[in-house]
Amino acid sequence: MRPLTNEPCLFAKPTLLIRKFSFSMSFEVPADVEAKVDERITHYPVSKRSAVLPVIHELQHHFGFISEPAVEWIAEKLELEPIKVLEVVTFYPGIRQSAPGKYHIRVCRTLSCAMAGSYELMESLCETAKIDRSGVNHHNPIAVSPDGKFSIEFAECLASCGTGPVCLVNDDFYEAVEDAGELLGKYK
Amino acid sequence: MSDLKYIAGKEPHPRERRMIFKNVDREGWDQSIDTYEKDGGYEMLKKALKMEPGDITSEVKAGGLRGRGGAGFPTGVKWGFLPPNNEKPVYLICNADESEPGTFKDRYIIHQDPHQLIEGMVISCFAVNAKLAYIYIREEFPEGAAILEKAIEEAHAKGYLGKDILGTGFDLEIYVHRGAGAYICGEETGLIESLEGKRPYPRIKPPYFPAAMGLYLCPTIVNNVETLCHVKHIIELGGEEWAKIGKPNNTGTRLLCVSGDVQKPGYYEVEVGSLTMGELINDVCGGLKEGRKLLAVIPGGSSAKVLRGDETYQVGDDELTIWDIPMDFDTLAACGSMAGSGGVIVIDDSRSISWVLNNINAFYAHESCGQCTPCREGSLWMKKITDRVVAGKASPQDIDTLYGVAKNIDGRTICAFGEACSWPTESFVEKFKDELVADTKPELSDDILNPESELAAAGLG
Repeated sequence: MRPLTNEPCLFAKPTLLIRKFSFSMSFEVPADVEAKVDERITHYPVSKRSAVLPVIHELQHHFGFISEPAVEWIAEKLELEPIKVLEVVTFYPGIRQSAPGKYHIRVCRTLSCAMAGSYELMESLCETAKIDRSGVNHHNPIAVSPDGKFSIEFAECLASCGTGPVCLVNDDFYEAVEDAGELLGKYK
Repeated sequence: MSDLKYIAGKEPHPRERRMIFKNVDREGWDQSIDTYEKDGGYEMLKKALKMEPGDITSEVKAGGLRGRGGAGFPTGVKWGFLPPNNEKPVYLICNADESEPGTFKDRYIIHQDPHQLIEGMVISCFAVNAKLAYIYIREEFPEGAAILEKAIEEAHAKGYLGKDILGTGFDLEIYVHRGAGAYICGEETGLIESLEGKRPYPRIKPPYFPAAMGLYLCPTIVNNVETLCHVKHIIELGGEEWAKIGKPNNTGTRLLCVSGDVQKPGYYEVEVGSLTMGELINDVCGGLKEGRKLLAVIPGGSSAKVLRGDETYQVGDDELTIWDIPMDFDTLAACGSMAGSGGVIVIDDSRSISWVLNNINAFYAHESCGQCTPCREGSLWMKKITDRVVAGKASPQDIDTLYGVAKNIDGRTICAFGEACSWPTESFVEKFKDELVADTKPELSDDILNPESELAAAGLG
């Protein structure tokens, strides 16, 4: 039998099938985060499954991304098969499966922002934060700076087309961004 | 209206009529319930709660309110689709997933005037007898979600939400549900799937019309943020009076969001049809940039068909230039496009048409949910072909292939995303074929037979 390891597995996800032996030892959700999760679940009196996204958001907010053990934790919490959580995690662009930097930047790529210079903004942000985006593709959209401080990705339309180029840094929203250095300088 | 003061530099244009955006950029305004109540907030809820629920629906029908999310479907008619003698619970969902490129109106309602939305929602829930409602807000509005949650808490404390609202015996809970960055969640059945905790694959209609089989397979009404806010104003004026704003069948005010190559991009609330495209661009938005000519306008969000700057349109007996088109639902439809979500993207002659189309195609290739083959494959093919055009590696025949791919998506998918992703390509090729072909290389025509190009043509290269 294939041993359970931390190594990434291309095809099967054995740990998802064998819940008992998963990473529960190392993965712990702090009590305050779990309390928030429990409160979120009460918003869905008809079906707990509806709470998948809100619970994912709480964990992603705390951990920065949704790891495999996090998927299993959510599944157990909501009494779902882990695949029901994983299929959601892998679908949505807003859910990360790998660790972002301390500050995660999302630059709007779509038409109005692109016309206002979002590609140029992306370039200068990468240059300033020393981020290499050459390995970025559809399945791995995020690039992280060597020091782990910043990570960056293109996002599709952030719905502020009149004030482009716009970006989000964690939960902070910036409009008409001109100076990459000035923006990054806000984050120590 | 004249006694309202706005933040310096953000005053409404004289051609505007501010109802929904009355409090946006208003001096001394904040999102608190106290400020809202001082301005007459929640009075319309009190008025509505004294009415019969059916009468509210009748007023909305009389007002002729058309949905502001993109399709322009009459809201009262939508509500009327709820099955008679229904015994299942009814749900109402506010679609705050604003994500059509070019559209940025709901953002300001949510961030600056959340209680207007809550009031509109409570009235609408009362009208359709929904006791549980959700606001499905896009994940990229973290601040907006927090503002709405605070507003809901405030409304609760004042007895506008919760059990026995204002002593009428009507109960209602509203919760905020955050999406996770997927455009398809703006499609109402995709949104419902997402709210059920699944991948947002849109459902097939029939039978899954939300009004009959929506959230948890119960009757569900899904309305856009702006639409729900209008309900409050319809109660204030009465349907008949409200219908006098705008034009017949195109009633009320409309939030237009202008972006792209104009002097003053921004949001403008006008009576539907009271402005022509020319007045919008030249008067309200300060005209095009210095020395530029109009190349194209996308009038209703990026999935609306593009209008060419130098084209004329036959509407009834009139021949209109692009400057003369009144910005209403029916005329834009007659011109072969749509009023959609109100997002107007202006493109001047400094832009490459191939680049613009490629940007749009990249968006739809990224956002196709992947459920239906023509859209999943086709949206990516269209992006890859325009990638090649932009890179100067396309042959003139590629433009025909591009058009053929688009034509094979439209009408062959479960939801309207198929149309949304193919209409830009179809219309750009129909109207700007010469410009697109000019960016291709005739000498590459022969290369189509080599293995690499074949793979590329199949979208695999």
